[in-house]
Amino acid sequence: MPHKADDNGSMGFLAATLALPNEDPRKIVFVAVALCLVCSVLVSTAAVALKPLQLRNETLARKAEILRVGGLYEQGGDIETLFGQVETRIVELGTGEYSDRFDPATFDDRDAARDPALSSDLDKGQDIAGIRRRSDFVPVYQIREGGSLDTVILPVHGYGLWSTMYGFLAMDSDATTIKGLTFHEHGETAGLGDQIANPRWLSQFTGKSAFDDDGQPRISVIKGLVDSQSPDARFQVDGIAGATLTSNGVTNLLQFWLGVDGFGPYLDKLRKSGG
Amino acid sequence: MAENNRGVLLEPLVDNNPITLQILGICSALAVTTKLAPALIMCLAVIVVLSASNVSISLIRHHIPTNIRIIVQVTIIASLVIIVDQFLKAFAYEISKQLSVFVGLIITNCIVLGRAEAFAIKNPPLPSFLDGLGHALGYSLILVVVATIRELLGSGTLLGHEVLTTVANGGWYEPNGLMMLAPSAFFIIGLMIWAIRTWKTAQLEKPEYRIHVVHRTETM
Repeated sequence: MPHKADDNGSMGFLAATLALPNEDPRKIVFVAVALCLVCSVLVSTAAVALKPLQLRNETLARKAEILRVGGLYEQGGDIETLFGQVETRIVELGTGEYSDRFDPATFDDRDAARDPALSSDLDKGQDIAGIRRRSDFVPVYQIREGGSLDTVILPVHGYGLWSTMYGFLAMDSDATTIKGLTFHEHGETAGLGDQIANPRWLSQFTGKSAFDDDGQPRISVIKGLVDSQSPDARFQVDGIAGATLTSNGVTNLLQFWLGVDGFGPYLDKLRKSGG
Repeated sequence: MAENNRGVLLEPLVDNNPITLQILGICSALAVTTKLAPALIMCLAVIVVLSASNVSISLIRHHIPTNIRIIVQVTIIASLVIIVDQFLKAFAYEISKQLSVFVGLIITNCIVLGRAEAFAIKNPPLPSFLDGLGHALGYSLILVVVATIRELLGSGTLLGHEVLTTVANGGWYEPNGLMMLAPSAFFIIGLMIWAIRTWKTAQLEKPEYRIHVVHRTETM
């Protein structure tokens, strides 16, 4: 046996190790290490090789969601073609001005939120949405109808009960009336909190006023059912039973993104200029 | 030998079904069966993982040290599940989103580890492959039946195509909301177990004990 190993050292080591009894500690360590190596190579190969396809799927899903909240989605339609009707602009949140510093097609505000030069820390008082850092530049998606602004779609996110919920808020060109809201990524409780992605519940937001007459963000998800007689009914949406903290999370993230640290300045400008 | 292999493949379909006889893998059977399409993808994922894990464990069975065999099995199963999950995210994105964590949870599905430990670690690759395939098909059979019933009665559709026109769409069928909730899968699986055991009485279990009836004159 041993003289065979002479020509090839590594093969000899492999054969010798495999020939050890299974209970030998050296063999146990060898099997464990070899298995981990093989498995990790397989898993990382699959992950790396499939990454481009997965990213493409994610981008398409994001675009489909934008089309859906903007009311442009067609079942079976080509998403890239439909998305041609949507114009992406980057907004600098602090000033509310459009910025041309980045290419809208490739800009990722989630990456920017991790870059200290492009994002700001939020202190406890400001950070009602529980997101800690906020990118200073955020894409907005505009749909124009006959040259004038018809809908502007704002990406929003905030913390619910377990997870950060990512969604899109569609606003009418008056920058006050909500046209729609969707959540495309969240990890809230299945069967309870995940109702935030239920189109029936989300449809309640359509037509509500995001701001009161003084320009303060007022839209909120209340506990229980909205009393339609109440003067505040136009700012309110029914809470989700069994998901109070998730519902509060939705209120908080809307209040944050509509407020001064979110899209407040931008929406103010829109309102004044009329798009 | 061929006869034996046939038995290994076919037995788990009804006679030794992982869900209705061994009562394993119930969690995912409840969770992914509200619609038929995700259930089918889940079945496909389990078929791939279970067959591949049985074959790979069987191939290295002579070299798995007994002390770490469970860790070795779980590592192999987990790697396969991650690979399958990556493929689903690349090629069936919408459905992989609906399945959410349940593909990942195949790792903890008792059927997979159960077959590795009970069969693949002691048997050559071909029978192990057939055993894995058979159990995965047995699992799939139940999932497909449960998902068909739930989608048909719960939403009036099959694979998204309208079969029973619901009231909301101007038809006559009032969808049964219970079918959209997890407990309905319990009821359906329970009824299936009852039906199968009435048909195949060999599956009936002997009562483990009988409650001793104490006559009142015996007390005190």
